[in-house]
Amino acid sequence: MMKQLSQRLLGPVTLVLLALTFWLGMWVTPPDKVQGDLVRLVYVHPAIAWVALYVSFGTATIASALYLWKRTRSMVMDRVAHCAMEVSVVFIILTLITGSIWGRPTWGVWWAWDARLTSTAILGVLAVGYLALRRANDDPTLRARRSAVFAILSAINVPIIHFSVLWWKTLHQGATVFTANRTLLIHGIMAWTLLISFVAFTLLFFWLLRARYRLEESRDRARSAALATSLDMRRREGAI
Amino acid sequence: MTGDAVVRLDGAVVLSSGFPLLSGVDLELASGSLSVVTGANGAGKTSLLRLLAGLVALSAGRGSVVGVDLLEGDLRQLRRRVGWLGHEGSFYDDLSVRENLAFAARALGRPTSAIEDVVERVGLTHRIDTTTKQLSAGQRRRLGLSWLLLRRPELWLLDEPYASLDDEGRTFFDGLLGDVVAGGATVVLSAHDPLRSTALHPRTLCIAGGRIVSDVT
Amino acid sequence: MIRIAWLVALKDLRIEARSRVLLWQVLPFGAMALLLSGLALGPTHAGHSSAGPGLFYLVTLFVALLMINRSQAIERTPGTRASIATLGLDPAGVFLGKTLALAIELWVSGVVLLCGAVLVLHTALHGALLALPSILVTLGAMAAAGTLYGALTSGGEGAATLLPVLTLPAFAPLLISGERSFSAALNHGALWQWWVIVVVALVAYLGVGILLYGVLEES
Repeated sequence: MMKQLSQRLLGPVTLVLLALTFWLGMWVTPPDKVQGDLVRLVYVHPAIAWVALYVSFGTATIASALYLWKRTRSMVMDRVAHCAMEVSVVFIILTLITGSIWGRPTWGVWWAWDARLTSTAILGVLAVGYLALRRANDDPTLRARRSAVFAILSAINVPIIHFSVLWWKTLHQGATVFTANRTLLIHGIMAWTLLISFVAFTLLFFWLLRARYRLEESRDRARSAALATSLDMRRREGAI
Repeated sequence: MTGDAVVRLDGAVVLSSGFPLLSGVDLELASGSLSVVTGANGAGKTSLLRLLAGLVALSAGRGSVVGVDLLEGDLRQLRRRVGWLGHEGSFYDDLSVRENLAFAARALGRPTSAIEDVVERVGLTHRIDTTTKQLSAGQRRRLGLSWLLLRRPELWLLDEPYASLDDEGRTFFDGLLGDVVAGGATVVLSAHDPLRSTALHPRTLCIAGGRIVSDVT
Repeated sequence: MIRIAWLVALKDLRIEARSRVLLWQVLPFGAMALLLSGLALGPTHAGHSSAGPGLFYLVTLFVALLMINRSQAIERTPGTRASIATLGLDPAGVFLGKTLALAIELWVSGVVLLCGAVLVLHTALHGALLALPSILVTLGAMAAAGTLYGALTSGGEGAATLLPVLTLPAFAPLLISGERSFSAALNHGALWQWWVIVVVALVAYLGVGILLYGVLEES
């Protein structure tokens, strides 16, 4: 009962929170002294990056690990990993676009060799590679195993890529919301708007994931129905 | 069901990209038996042999081979206990006959001293140091047999072994099969047509549409 | 595991020694790529560039892709895969063996290309020799990663084109740390953090390979 209710409310609540973020970010919060209206991207870019790099990539990695673990191995885990990685690709692209829009007036160029930007782009190629790997293998078990191993390898690569690029060169501004000792840098309505944006985009991820999962489920049902037909046809070959 | 069955399949289905290569095979093979699987191209002969070798997964139904469950068991252990001779040739082309056999022997922890004996038995002594890619199709088939003789598996799975063998080769092969079965191993081979040999009395399984449609002993 | 690793490595190296794909196909490609790098820099910079270490690693990386494809192709000739599968080899041993053979082939290629970089791109010989240990470890990590990614893509649709898409992002940190180590060696600079990246990557790939290569082989 509670599960059904939460599933039914997921979409409307997400939309309401996204609308609230938009309203607060555009009209209620003040512009920045230095960055002006550009600072309003803080209510979009960090939340999208959070979903892209942690929530969706993390979900795909955990689901892949659960698929590889024999006790929890099931096609449900494979489907969750696949759907989460697809959503991750969308959010990584959005992260790069919003980051680039923010970077243009700050750095003067659309692309800078900044550590986080570069490692996010590399991560994007990894996520696209995951989807390409899935397309290259028709057999469901083969596909599930290979993509799960690739997801785990990618997750291991994330910190290696991050630190190598970070040490290579960094131009990016410091942490936006927290300083190194976890002191909140922005206050009042700005902090609340930021918090709401994180919740809204996280819920958006789960909403999209659920929709994509349902689509995959219905595709699997269609495949099962097609399989029953092809089994029947194959058996009839023997009867001729 | 008999107690000493080496192969037991119950409604075995094997899929490849959603296509049913095997569409529900029921089969029981006794230990020490010789069986020939016949059928047209695409009927499912090779797929059945590959399933028995643990080279493809069972998609539906149940089955066990040499006591290893095809769904729950360790397929690597199964593969170690069967011998496979494919019709495409089976070896590293850039290694010689001796090197290929030495690799297999060492991998299985068997002595390499038996190599010359098995090569002599299949009539390849004069080609023992020739690289595999320089062998004819029939000689490659003989190399495949020597690989199996070296391994002495419980279950021999031979995919169209008579292809590319001349008359002398076929006679030799019939004799070898007789010895192997007499030695207690189980043999399953695929062929387009039933065996012509009068010395062997195999069970003939006809496969069509991914199922066994006739079974003649 | 170690016994199987030796067996597989010796087999791969023997096949390589006999087929001479490395000598007649891969190294000429690497030499040409080095020359092209010089041409791409233009006449002013070709012989006086600080880009030498980076170009060396870029060329080595493309050579590595060819070698990874070759390492997997050995196992994929029709029928070989099935026959070898029935040997039931320990997958961790197979992974380590193929990694070792690939690493040795990459080390040979690396040394030849390093000579090429000294000759063509005028990279300082003394610095190149100082960079040699880091080059060998970086190429070892590439070999471990390459064996894993090669097995991941092997046999799939468009395997040859899929391999670079999957492998290059993983090679990016190796390229960065390799290039930085090499540049540091040329300039006598500090390089401990680049060793951290390469060693962590090497250990991670070896660990994942030993644990999960069997999952890939089963498929």
